[in-house]
Amino acid sequence: MARIMLENVTRRFGLVIAVDNVSLPIIDGEFFALLGPSGCGKTTTLRLIAGLEVPTAGRVHIGDRDVTGLPPRERDVAMVFQDYALYPHMTILDNVGYPLKVRGVGRREIRERVGEVAGFLQIAELLERRPAQLSGGQQQRAAVARAVVHKPQVFLFDEPLSNLDAKLRLEARGFLKHLQHELGITTVYVTHDQAEALALADRIAIMNQGRIIQVGTPLEVYRRPQTTFVAGFIGNPPMNLVPCRLEVGVDTAHLVGTTFRLDLTSLRDRLALTLRDGEEVILGVRPEHLTFCGQGDSFAIPAETYAIQPLGAECVVILLVDSTTLSVRLFTGEPPQQTGRVWVGVNPERILVYRKSGELVLG
Amino acid sequence: MTGGAPILSRRTGFFFLLPSLGFVSLFILFPFVWVFYLSFTNQTLTGVTAIQSRLVGLANYHRLLDFETWMTSGQFGNALRISAQFVVGSALIGQALLGLAIAWAFYRWRGAFREIVYTLVILAWIIPDVVVAFTWMAFLDRDRGTLNAILQLLRLAPVDWLIQQPVLSIIIFNTWRGTAFSMLLFSSALATIPPSYLESAEVAGASGWQKFRDIILPLIRSHILTDIILITLWTFNTFTPFLITGGGPAFKSELVSIYTFRIAFQFFEFGRGGAIAVAMMLINLVLALTYLTILRRQGVRT
Repeated sequence: MARIMLENVTRRFGLVIAVDNVSLPIIDGEFFALLGPSGCGKTTTLRLIAGLEVPTAGRVHIGDRDVTGLPPRERDVAMVFQDYALYPHMTILDNVGYPLKVRGVGRREIRERVGEVAGFLQIAELLERRPAQLSGGQQQRAAVARAVVHKPQVFLFDEPLSNLDAKLRLEARGFLKHLQHELGITTVYVTHDQAEALALADRIAIMNQGRIIQVGTPLEVYRRPQTTFVAGFIGNPPMNLVPCRLEVGVDTAHLVGTTFRLDLTSLRDRLALTLRDGEEVILGVRPEHLTFCGQGDSFAIPAETYAIQPLGAECVVILLVDSTTLSVRLFTGEPPQQTGRVWVGVNPERILVYRKSGELVLG
Repeated sequence: MTGGAPILSRRTGFFFLLPSLGFVSLFILFPFVWVFYLSFTNQTLTGVTAIQSRLVGLANYHRLLDFETWMTSGQFGNALRISAQFVVGSALIGQALLGLAIAWAFYRWRGAFREIVYTLVILAWIIPDVVVAFTWMAFLDRDRGTLNAILQLLRLAPVDWLIQQPVLSIIIFNTWRGTAFSMLLFSSALATIPPSYLESAEVAGASGWQKFRDIILPLIRSHILTDIILITLWTFNTFTPFLITGGGPAFKSELVSIYTFRIAFQFFEFGRGGAIAVAMMLINLVLALTYLTILRRQGVRT
């Protein structure tokens, strides 16, 4: 077990900067997720920790050691790859036992320790089979078993669930979180699936274009996304982002859109502190913080029903406001009574205001 | 093309096949049968037996396998021994091993250096035999050869390579000549291995050698066997070394292929030549069947 420190780490591939001056402390024993769209540098960051990539600049520490120049095998880490990388010519026993074999552990002890791990991961009866004879979920467990077997200091996961179908993926999520909790090994987990990151991680780093945009607990990044990028990436459906203009009077404040005018007088002083009168801003509001309401409400926006998606426990309604869309999440599960022309109310306590350039100024 | 009636009737189809069947019979089947027949006669190009050849039964084979003299210089056994050295040295150790080494060295290496090496190796493979043979004679020549010039520069005594080390010379020549095939085959085999296999082994703690032994070798085993089958047969049958050493001096580098040529086309003893050719074919057959059996067993296991 160990903490991981990335210090101003940069990795260039020719002209492309895959990882751009990333500094990241990962706490001993935590489940840490690197989240971002494809090509954002999250996998490269993981590979830098593994030692499969060497940083162009910066240092990598694992525990008390500076491992920047060390090859993977001297870092005492274990990694689960997206394709599992189980060797097709070896049995599951040999696959799982491989990290022990290369460490010179004896045949009998390998069998014993693999048996232990396999029992824990419920693949004990598959040990004599070859990877091709296993289902996707079983292969995934075998790959995890191979990572666990030599009790590494750090676990690295590179999108380990993306090859599973939706149902298995949910199952595997629970299994991975439980496993990590049991073992308490520092874990770095790369994913592009925000729900996976929220569900699994103690803390999440959201990356874009090689940089870390925000680091925080799942609730922090969900409730207060620091930029419109994070706001639009986290949540399903993501946060509604509506461009509008701020009007600040002597003791009034309004957000003005093409078809609405929201009274934000209660927030006037906080808004006036950082924004100018007439400044273009972006209003951010989560779908669950919108409600249907009556016409003429001072916090209401007129809209047109576009699509209704009943999901059982909740109901997502897509609305058209001028040319942008708004998602509304209703927890009753009942589809709304009115359709066609409706009014949605915004709770001013729950709104976020971003500058046009994307950073959060209020919320 | 499943189900439906054939476009042509069998008879018309056969008609279309006739020309190619004719060519195959004329140029492949007939000569083969003819050589087989010749091997039981005392047919020669000149002399009495040129006109009045007759069947001599197994006499040619007896002579070939006359164990009293067959290991002496210029005999079949001797040629067989030299061929074996040549195949092991230049095909198995030389081409296969060197080809694998180059392919492994440049695995996941992109860029100019790899392209230059690959181009040079492939060039050695595609240049015509006669040109290559001449180049090597120029390289190995005692008095004006490039190699001896280099040795002298290093203040080493010149060696008359083609006279003193004829077998070594043709082994190195053939290795240089044919490594490209193994290299290309192995590098395409390596390209089919997902990089994550090696990376996961690396993270698991494997050294370079362990990765090679545990991951690479088992995964390209069938490619290795295929490569070995092909280059063994090619090397066993190749005639190009004749252009360099002429099989000499004193039959010291006389491969079976050169021995066949000498008997059949320098002594013009077609009967004996035919017997050697048939023997060579049988050896090829045994080699190929052995490898194929191993390959098939491999297939069953994985």
